[in-house]
Amino acid sequence: MRIPCPFCGNRDVSEFAYLGDASAPRPAADAPDADREFFEAAYLRDNPSGLHRELWYHASGCRSWLEVERNTRTHDITKATFARDRVRA
Amino acid sequence: MHYSIFSLARQALLGHRGWTAAWRDASPKSSYDVLVIGGGGHGLATAYYLARHFGIANIAVLEKGWIGSGNAGRNTTIIRSNYLLPGNNPFYEFSMQLWEGLEKDLNYNAMVSQRGVLNLFHSDAQRDAAARRGNAMRLHGVDAELLDRTAVRRMLPFLDFDNARFPIEGGLLQRRGGTARHDAVVWGYARAASDRGVDIVQNCEVTGMIREGDRVVGVETTRGTIRAPKVALAVAGNTSRLTAMAGLRMPLESHVLQAFVSEAIKPLIPGVVTFGAGHFYISQSDKGGLVFGGDIDGYNSYAQRGNLPTVEDVCESGMALMPMIGRLRMLRSWGGIMDMSMDGSPIIDHTPLDGLYLNAGWCYGGFKATPASGWCFAHLIARDEPHPVARAFRLDRFASGYLLDEKGQGAQPNLH
Repeated sequence: MRIPCPFCGNRDVSEFAYLGDASAPRPAADAPDADREFFEAAYLRDNPSGLHRELWYHASGCRSWLEVERNTRTHDITKATFARDRVRA
Repeated sequence: MHYSIFSLARQALLGHRGWTAAWRDASPKSSYDVLVIGGGGHGLATAYYLARHFGIANIAVLEKGWIGSGNAGRNTTIIRSNYLLPGNNPFYEFSMQLWEGLEKDLNYNAMVSQRGVLNLFHSDAQRDAAARRGNAMRLHGVDAELLDRTAVRRMLPFLDFDNARFPIEGGLLQRRGGTARHDAVVWGYARAASDRGVDIVQNCEVTGMIREGDRVVGVETTRGTIRAPKVALAVAGNTSRLTAMAGLRMPLESHVLQAFVSEAIKPLIPGVVTFGAGHFYISQSDKGGLVFGGDIDGYNSYAQRGNLPTVEDVCESGMALMPMIGRLRMLRSWGGIMDMSMDGSPIIDHTPLDGLYLNAGWCYGGFKATPASGWCFAHLIARDEPHPVARAFRLDRFASGYLLDEKGQGAQPNLH
């Protein structure tokens, strides 16, 4: 498996560290039901069989956080972007 | 047909033409009292104990492929009960005791071999941790022995004791641990369950859950609609897919774990040995192959195959432990899909939906748990209350904070 890092190009998966599902944003601490939202963000996962948006850290490369779209049935990677682009958008 | 020395002698005289199929390959009826989804070790054990001890025989086990084609046939066959936490230890010891009587109970040779499980340690801190775990085991009535370097050397002279970085200082030994033949466990449970009237339905994939309000009352399958007041999930890595059909999200991620077997050699490794400075476990099968494994690849996967960096990592750990395996050729490697829970411990519990029961989150320790998992799940299904040794395996522990994190690793599956 190789991840097409937008900065470094196609790099071997062993250079990256995996965090997991990118669709679970950190809830606001002052949200009215923050307890439930933090529980869901920390523990509950869709865990799809198919396309999965996930966070990878290019630890042995440019040290960027990436958001990768990958098929969990085939390991095909269809997209890799800087995670910060989504946060800023 | 009862298996014994007499049936074997009789069949030998008759030219072995009288053996009948070990279990019935059933077609599904339209309704049952209990539907067990998943024809692996856990599902078949659940059906067997429901029929044998809890008086429910109108059961079907639905399997999407053939029985034992998932993780039951992909593990490294290790059985042990060397756990630290009070929520885990009595459960795994119950499982160990069931293993010890399993073959008589099932009238089937599961090749349970109590050849010992040795966890090596390589530093003073690891020795302290091993002593603590050994003491916890003994307090629960489980056998544990702390071996020093000399005793380990006597047992396994071929290890790399003077490794510059990870010298072997000793090990924690559970003599009652060992291995069992994984396929025979599946077949033994299938045969014993089938004998008690359980329908084992293969090539029957669940495609939907039938809900009436907050109740699950049956499933849609590739072989038609099947209804039952109790639907029990024992589907390991596919748990999230099935609960999603009922509208539930789970504290689980599916990850790929690889396992390996070398070419066959003469008897070398007497028991199961684990490396304490990495994640590596190895034993030798009765056919002579060295069976070994290590970490999960560490990313979500349903692919049943892994990647090469993990293969390299596992083999490096093996080389650090016993450099001579570098002369062996690897025969096969394969991957299984683990239902990794967020704290590394299993779930045997009700779900928020009436009639839907959950057995999941076995991470990569499911095989050793097979008998107790089946028994405790059957207890939950039949009596609607948890078995005393499985009380801690609650689904709501992630919300309540009563986590069972055996190694204190944190809420991320690829740390366990």
